Amino acid sequence: MVALLLALGGVLLYGCDQRTYIQGERIYEYKCANCHMSSGEGLLGNIPPLAGADWLQRRRGDIACIIRYGYRDSIIVNGIRYGAPMAGHPELSNTEITNVANYILTAWYNSYEPMSPQEVTASLVACEDWEKVTLEPQDSLGMLIAH
Amino acid sequence: MRSSWTALLILGLCYVFAVACGSSNDGTSKHAGHVLPVIGEREVVNGDTVYHTIGDWSFYRQDSALVTEDMLAGTPYVVDFFFTSCPTICPRVTQNMLRLEEHFRGTHPELKLISFTIDPKRDSVGHLRNYSRNLGVETADRWWFLTGDKAALYGIADDYFSVAMESTDPASGGFDHSGRILFVDGQGQVRAFANGTDAAEVNDLIEDIEGFLNDSANRG
Repeated sequence: MVALLLALGGVLLYGCDQRTYIQGERIYEYKCANCHMSSGEGLLGNIPPLAGADWLQRRRGDIACIIRYGYRDSIIVNGIRYGAPMAGHPELSNTEITNVANYILTAWYNSYEPMSPQEVTASLVACEDWEKVTLEPQDSLGMLIAH
Repeated sequence: MRSSWTALLILGLCYVFAVACGSSNDGTSKHAGHVLPVIGEREVVNGDTVYHTIGDWSFYRQDSALVTEDMLAGTPYVVDFFFTSCPTICPRVTQNMLRLEEHFRGTHPELKLISFTIDPKRDSVGHLRNYSRNLGVETADRWWFLTGDKAALYGIADDYFSVAMESTDPASGGFDHSGRILFVDGQGQVRAFANGTDAAEVNDLIEDIEGFLNDSANRG
């Protein structure tokens, strides 16, 4: 009987948590959704979408880096150029970056291959030099070092 | 006997499961109709009630024209305060302003949208022009993006009951502001507002504005 209850409890928990990257989704809502929107659509012409973004495939190796260090150059997503700089999130651990990247890669009908922690760590090692470029205070507003 | 209790337990748990995991029904929105209150302080002068109205202002629009509050006499409009480099709530508010623009474009083209920057140092006329064009706003006809004197911009934010102030919290991007979208009638009186980051509240605001604009008593 106890075993049955436990099993049912497990089914209940599992059934309620069908979404795969729970922590990734939470981090996304808190750190990313203000600009990229909960729907992943971005802001028309000004902030690039993540839902259906070809960039995620073309620049897969830069995904973890852009989350950690932000981005200052303009960026082309699905053929449209976006110029607004993005704030980095140096406070996120490699594991948190993996989870939020995997949420983005699989949410909103995105069906890109998720990343292993090893792949994320390798990306981050390759872009360690982004740090000194991006984490300089930009100006009085400190936009790029926000969060 | 034991097995029937188990069956009951399973049924019960299935019910809990269905309730816990089912989609919540948040009910229908309360629709205030077209009778909207005038928001703000009021005083009685010689037996007449005098309502709060928006004071005079003049700012530069994204097409470089100097525009004034007078030019909106008789024109209903919605207002928000934002800045283009905002890393916090502004993109969501702008997203909802876009929804408002799209919603009323065909049915009530007389409704204007006014977006005041609270970061005039960075948001020059040229910067606002790029930003608005990126949003698909080709002309400055219906949606105005305004910049100008900082103190005047902050003062007018107060007048519209929309709080804006500089902030030392780096996460705010340098400014705190309320993210409200406000509806102003043709007499310069604030009649309704919503939290501009909340799509459901903005839906209610859209309904209120629509009811108001559809009522012929509110025209002219």
